[in-house]
Amino acid sequence: MKNKNNIRFVQGNEACVEGAIYAGIDFFAGYPITPSTEIMEHLATRLPQKGGKFIQMEDEIASMGAIIGASLTGNKVMTATSGPGFSLKQEALGYACMAEIPCVIANVQRGGPSTGNPTHVSQGDVNQARWGTHGDHAIIALTASNHQDVFKITVDAFNMAETYRTPVVLLLDEVIGHMREKLVIPEPGEIPVVERLRTSVKKGIDYHPYLPREDGRLPMSDFGAEHRYNVTGLFHDMWGFPNNNPEVVSELLRHLVDKIENNVHEISMHKEYWMDDAEYILISYGSSARSAIHLARNRRSRGVKLGVLELQTLWPFPTEMVKEKCAGAKAVIVVEMNMGQVVTQVKNAVDNPQTVFLANRIDGQLISPTDIKSLLRMIQGKGV
Amino acid sequence: MAKGKTVKHLIDKEWCKGCGICIHFCPKNVLEFDKHGKAKAARPEDCIACKLCELRCPDLAIQIIEEQEVEHEKQE
Amino acid sequence: MTKQVFNFKDYIRPRFFPHIWCPGCGHGIVLGSLLRAVHELGLDKNEIVITSGIGCSSRISGYVDFHSLHTIHGRALSFATGVKLSKPHLKAIVPMGDGDALAIGGNHFIHAARRNIDITAIVMNNRIYGMTGGQFSPLSGLDKKATTAPYSTIDRNFDVVELAKSAGATFVARSTVFHANECKNLLKKGISHKGFSVVEILTQCPTYYGRKNKEGDAIQMMEGYKTNTVKIGSKKLEKNPDLIQRGIFIENTDIPEYCEAYDKIIETAMKGKA
Ligand SMILES: Cc1ncc(C[n+]2csc(CCOP(=O)(O)OP(=O)(O)O)c2C)c(N)n1
Ligand code: SF4
Ligand code: SF4
Ligand code: SF4
Ligand SMILES: [Mg+2]
Repeated sequence: MKNKNNIRFVQGNEACVEGAIYAGIDFFAGYPITPSTEIMEHLATRLPQKGGKFIQMEDEIASMGAIIGASLTGNKVMTATSGPGFSLKQEALGYACMAEIPCVIANVQRGGPSTGNPTHVSQGDVNQARWGTHGDHAIIALTASNHQDVFKITVDAFNMAETYRTPVVLLLDEVIGHMREKLVIPEPGEIPVVERLRTSVKKGIDYHPYLPREDGRLPMSDFGAEHRYNVTGLFHDMWGFPNNNPEVVSELLRHLVDKIENNVHEISMHKEYWMDDAEYILISYGSSARSAIHLARNRRSRGVKLGVLELQTLWPFPTEMVKEKCAGAKAVIVVEMNMGQVVTQVKNAVDNPQTVFLANRIDGQLISPTDIKSLLRMIQGKGV
Repeated sequence: MAKGKTVKHLIDKEWCKGCGICIHFCPKNVLEFDKHGKAKAARPEDCIACKLCELRCPDLAIQIIEEQEVEHEKQE
Repeated sequence: MTKQVFNFKDYIRPRFFPHIWCPGCGHGIVLGSLLRAVHELGLDKNEIVITSGIGCSSRISGYVDFHSLHTIHGRALSFATGVKLSKPHLKAIVPMGDGDALAIGGNHFIHAARRNIDITAIVMNNRIYGMTGGQFSPLSGLDKKATTAPYSTIDRNFDVVELAKSAGATFVARSTVFHANECKNLLKKGISHKGFSVVEILTQCPTYYGRKNKEGDAIQMMEGYKTNTVKIGSKKLEKNPDLIQRGIFIENTDIPEYCEAYDKIIETAMKGKA
């Protein structure tokens, strides 16, 4: 590229695109929906410039199917959507869990249910990201509160998809997606990029696409290469062939969940602000965290020992970390734009659930520092 | 036409599900059910190696092997 | 290349045989025709990706020794689109049930046709939902019996050929499992055709469709394919216009194939012309 200038002033959706390019995206399939559309629009331009492929499919189900197909030929793939489209993707997303297909699904959240509040912010899909598809399974869902971090977690999402052979959900929101802010594109190598782990099994020797190595990873073989195997959404054996033997079924399900739940320490990412001596803790994520951080900075200047724990990994939920960080706190306020999705997890994590409160907004407006402050003052016994 | 002697009917009795398609459509009435309800070549000498049975067997259970090289295999 | 004698064992995964299909199920005949087509085309097994959805028909993908992708009900064409567009040198073959292809998958079907992406779609039309036990499908047609039409169907059927043609498929053909050799030849043409090919194959489900509609066993149903179908444009149509036509309805090589068209986009984008 001619322009050596790595500083951009972009929307969050573009930061996500830049992160995807940095991570090595080869293929994108999608269907337009506010407030995620800019992701696909930018990739429509950017992908063919680097020899990648972009396709606008007939719906979100087809988009999800197409990225799974492209992942199997050895591509790094992604789709992007918002609430209604995320609902449509769920069956195929579950397929990607079951068949262990690396892929990234960005959901730029808007108000729901249904068509809801298309142009306004919400964080109402946290639980859908966890449990949107049917059946037991585990999932990785990442989020961020500023564009530099959106870039970074997008790279992380691609990396984790490859490392764990799993779909990874990027839970952005309308404010982050549309807001403009500075982004410094890191130099190559600054953020590690995980490449597809391909099998070293030679041609003619039995290759087991679904037999984890000792380190838990499952090397892949591209469709078109010398190993021909089966991929299915049915419970399957180590060659990928359908098998409903009770032992095979329970072992596979355990593997699918354990490979993620047992690696919470690797997958979990968070940021801390003024947490060292915090008596009161705000736990937040995505655009809500911006208001939480703003308030904390403001209160600190007035001597209130307020800290912020910003979650970047929502699933698997970092229960142990949250418990530890909140151990000494007088009160914990979860700041989110839904009717209490992460707060349930936090209550479940801490020793004293009665010290956990919810500061939320559900009206399509970004939660403000003032919204949080009123609750904080009440908890402090200072009145509103 | 292939001489009857040169044609072998390989029938996998485990795969054959006894649907009778090969028997019914054989133009030379070569095949019939055995006592287990599976296909067998009762009159192999009449076979013209048209392979219609092989083409239409839904279970890939029957293979026609021509022992001599015979030029015309397609008869349909 | 010296042509080997066809042996289906070279193309299947024998440990899964005998297969799960019922005695006399036409799906197995489609399998046989497909294997012969692949053999006669001299394709390398490593360059074929077979993608299917869910249904009795879709089980075909597990039996063949190609790269096989057994996906979810109705969506096989979208998965195959990802496979094909990402690696255009691969041969994409998508066998589908009639419900799979045209009920739940109808939207993907017409859009794959519209794009003219180089995929061979095989519609294994038994006019019923076999796997779920005999419910009517969008291809059952009027006055048929099914578990969900105990009094008879009032739903009209699609004509796959007409639908595929008007949606933009550039190769459209139809045959029946009675005409297994013709099937093989049409599949060969469909697979070789550069663009979206649809090969509809009428195939019997004696277990549900045959029994419910008193069409007899597999043999009688295949006799039906012999008597109720004719080659395209046959004289017999004058007397009996209801006969179903077999053969190639469209073979158009003038329309750009989707992956090739996208390659041009890449060229343009790389030159920096937005
Ligand atoms: C989303 C979804 N809906 C419904 C089903 C249940 N289902 C499985 S196969 C099938 C229909 C099969 O009929 P067809 O596609 O004609 O294939 P056949 O079995 O007749 O070969 C249905 C409804 C499913 N698996 N997934
Ligand atoms: S057609 Fe095949 S399965 Fe049916 S009876 Fe003959 S050999 Fe057996
Ligand atoms: S090859 Fe032809 S003649 Fe011989 S048994 Fe088969 S159908 Fe009959
Ligand atoms: S139910 Fe019908 S379609 Fe399914 S295997 Fe049996 S005969 Fe074939
Ligand atoms: Mg059917």
